[in-house]
Amino acid sequence: MFRVVAQSFGVAVVLLLTSIVVQVLRHAAPAMARHGLGFLTRTHWDTNHDNYGVLPQIIGTLYTSVLALALGGVLGIAVALVTSQGFIGKRWEVTMKNVIELLAAIPSVVYGLWGIFVLIPAVRGPAAWLHEHFGSFPLFSTELSGPGIFPAALVLAIMILPTITAVSREALAAVPKRLPAAAYGLGATRWEVIFRVVLPTASGGIFGALVLGFGRALGETMALAMLVGNANAFGWSLFSPGSTLAALLANHFPEAGKVEVGALMYAAVVLLLITLGVNAIGSLIMLRTTRALKGLH
Amino acid sequence: MAQSGVDHALGAPPQHLFRSLRNRRTALNAVLTITAFALSALAMLPLFSVLYMLIVRGAPLLSADLFTQLTPGAGSVGGGIGNAILGTLVVVVVATLFSLPLGFMAAVYLAEYGGDAKLAITVRFAGKVLTGMPSILAGVFAYALVVATTGRFSALAGGIATGILMVPVVMLTAEQALLMVPSKMKLAALAMGANRSQTVIQIVIRTAMPGILTGVMLALARAMGETAPLLFTALFSDYWFEGKLLEPIASLAVLIYNFSGSPFPNQANLAWAGSLVLVVSVLVVNVIAQLVTRRQEEQ
Amino acid sequence: MNTEAVADKDDQGTDQEAGTVPDSQPKEATTAPALRDVIDCKVNKLYYGSFLAVRDTHVAIKNNEITAFIGPSGCGKSTVLRCLNRMNDFVPSFHFEGSVHYQSQDIYAANVDPVAVRRSIGMVFQQPNPFAMSISKNVAFGLRLNDYKGDYAERIEQALRGAALWDEVKDKLNNSGLSLSGGQQQRLCIARAIAVEPELLLMDEPCSALDPIASRRIEELMLELKQKYTIAIVTHNLQQAQRVADRTAFMYVDTSAGGRTGYLIEYRKSAELFSDPQEQRTKEYLRGEFS
Repeated sequence: MFRVVAQSFGVAVVLLLTSIVVQVLRHAAPAMARHGLGFLTRTHWDTNHDNYGVLPQIIGTLYTSVLALALGGVLGIAVALVTSQGFIGKRWEVTMKNVIELLAAIPSVVYGLWGIFVLIPAVRGPAAWLHEHFGSFPLFSTELSGPGIFPAALVLAIMILPTITAVSREALAAVPKRLPAAAYGLGATRWEVIFRVVLPTASGGIFGALVLGFGRALGETMALAMLVGNANAFGWSLFSPGSTLAALLANHFPEAGKVEVGALMYAAVVLLLITLGVNAIGSLIMLRTTRALKGLH
Repeated sequence: MAQSGVDHALGAPPQHLFRSLRNRRTALNAVLTITAFALSALAMLPLFSVLYMLIVRGAPLLSADLFTQLTPGAGSVGGGIGNAILGTLVVVVVATLFSLPLGFMAAVYLAEYGGDAKLAITVRFAGKVLTGMPSILAGVFAYALVVATTGRFSALAGGIATGILMVPVVMLTAEQALLMVPSKMKLAALAMGANRSQTVIQIVIRTAMPGILTGVMLALARAMGETAPLLFTALFSDYWFEGKLLEPIASLAVLIYNFSGSPFPNQANLAWAGSLVLVVSVLVVNVIAQLVTRRQEEQ
Repeated sequence: MNTEAVADKDDQGTDQEAGTVPDSQPKEATTAPALRDVIDCKVNKLYYGSFLAVRDTHVAIKNNEITAFIGPSGCGKSTVLRCLNRMNDFVPSFHFEGSVHYQSQDIYAANVDPVAVRRSIGMVFQQPNPFAMSISKNVAFGLRLNDYKGDYAERIEQALRGAALWDEVKDKLNNSGLSLSGGQQQRLCIARAIAVEPELLLMDEPCSALDPIASRRIEELMLELKQKYTIAIVTHNLQQAQRVADRTAFMYVDTSAGGRTGYLIEYRKSAELFSDPQEQRTKEYLRGEFS
């Protein structure tokens, strides 16, 4: 009975997800009991003294993702606009779209490698200049010695760019052509049409693109592990090293002893909760915004 | 007349039909266009930079040695990435064996039998969650499931971890492909007396196969480059794969990661060479996947 | 001098100064504003790529009149209409030989800003296309574009009254424009267009997406609007043209060269064109449509 077979595989997928959650929780339980909620507020990762805290990592995860979203969002939406609002011919639009999609095909670890060899050296100069002249501004208050928050966020932005662009383009394409036509008819310039008609109408979809991008950024591991610096403290400075939950796991797990593994499992639970939470909130908001645009089609 | 007094109230001088950059709105428009194009160029720059580096630093190492030699230990010169390439293939095969049946059959359920049932909604939701899951968590799970229970790091664990990441991609793309099969085909088969299972197996799946294959290949391309799931499951090895799935195994992804932090130029170069091989493989698989869909569209 | 005849009179350009009165007076009532050409459109050749879409069409539109373009589908009437406010610019392969004189300028001259042209020429489209925002924001859109410094509420009310929509929406100005019926949406689009008090209002088959009752309301509206505005309308509905248009331009399709090229057959006062067409083609078309 094919149907039953297929159905059981469907169940299996759900089971897969639940067993992931369960297993991680199970292995984290002893550590969760031992370290309690203080785990979330302490700032040290000290294997020797059994003192673990992931606050810097939590903030680091959110900080780098927000930065990446800001950069990637601006770039992604710019590309989406340039390739959909009639600035260039159809063929160029397709070419640019393909180039951006190629960005998505490059594995995370290769971006990490590129970041180490190209980006960090390239950024070092301007970073030093910014630190020298604007050092009092909290974002520029340290020197860039190597890995740091900014290079990591930059690479992260590049990695979420294709997602944001693709979904934004869909949202922009869904705006019926007759609306911008009306605006042009009233004597609006191209960017007035974009800002006053097209973007507002597509705002739900574009917001979804940003949410998806943010989720991607949160889940990204390797490039961050290689570029963020793995410091145990957190600093607002863009050029200071930082840490994220995923990077913590990537760096400490391979050589962790049993006790540390427990703490790492706890960190994994935190990461899981954050990603689930953000995705859930994002889906909810998406539902509400798409409802508001009924009647356009 | 419709003209008098209006233009003054509108704040625009009458008869001002000329194009002029001194007009605030026109100037702003031009500035924004330039900015948008500059940002777009900025967005595409990293791709060209990466490709450039791959060619400049990776291509010089392309040789028979690269593919046949083992990875050198820290500080050693020479060597190649042969075991890493083989290792990646092994891991991907294990991952596919694990994820393909699971994702595919779940997709069949969703597309053909599930509909709007509670279970179907749950399965779809699980798929979405799995898509968004950080790759490192797949590694953590495989660690808990396989490494902790077998007491050793293994290719099997790595394969399962990678497979977990492939499942949602396979499932969602396969579901799409199955849904695209025109219902009139199904009706024709049913009208000829085929039962549900026969229709699904012989008609629907057959027709959707190219799309499903595309999905599998896309999942494959992604899997090849995944590093995080392998970090503490399959670990790494400087030796050839000898058929022992319960031993650690080399992989291109972990190789790149390990050598990226190495102070030795030989290792760094090998990291770039490995990246080149990896990126080319990923691109080739992507291109094949696209060709498959294009051929289907032409039919 | 016969001001209403179609003529390749180049000296018509000299009558284009805004506000000046042409030398000959029409036979209409002396209280009506003096007749002049609002826009003088000369299409010699109009191409989309290598496809010749329209040729040899010369129409001068007079103030405070409704001028209708009629003809079979594919004869280029919408294309010609869209020449008047440079909306054809958005088709990449569009190429135009001729001139369109408006406010003493050929608007296709190199130094003319099409955005400025569209500010003073309004357009209503076949499919009602209110923006996805409130009714008042829709109407105020053009005002906001131009940094209008006056009283928005007053202008909005004025425009909605002018479009015969005020009574129906005055209590729900903040509702979305999309919540209105088709006919109401089209009147909203008209209100949006007249809020900026354009000199010329172009309407491209404004009623074809509407039911007959809504259509008639728009027609009545047009007759009111022409006291204040000049209107050019494309319609495939001959009865509608007869009902509302002062002047009618009949265009036809030339298939002799293998393609489909539109061109002007006859352009006269509607009363005369419909009752006593001069050209053979016009006679055949009217007979065919009316029989």
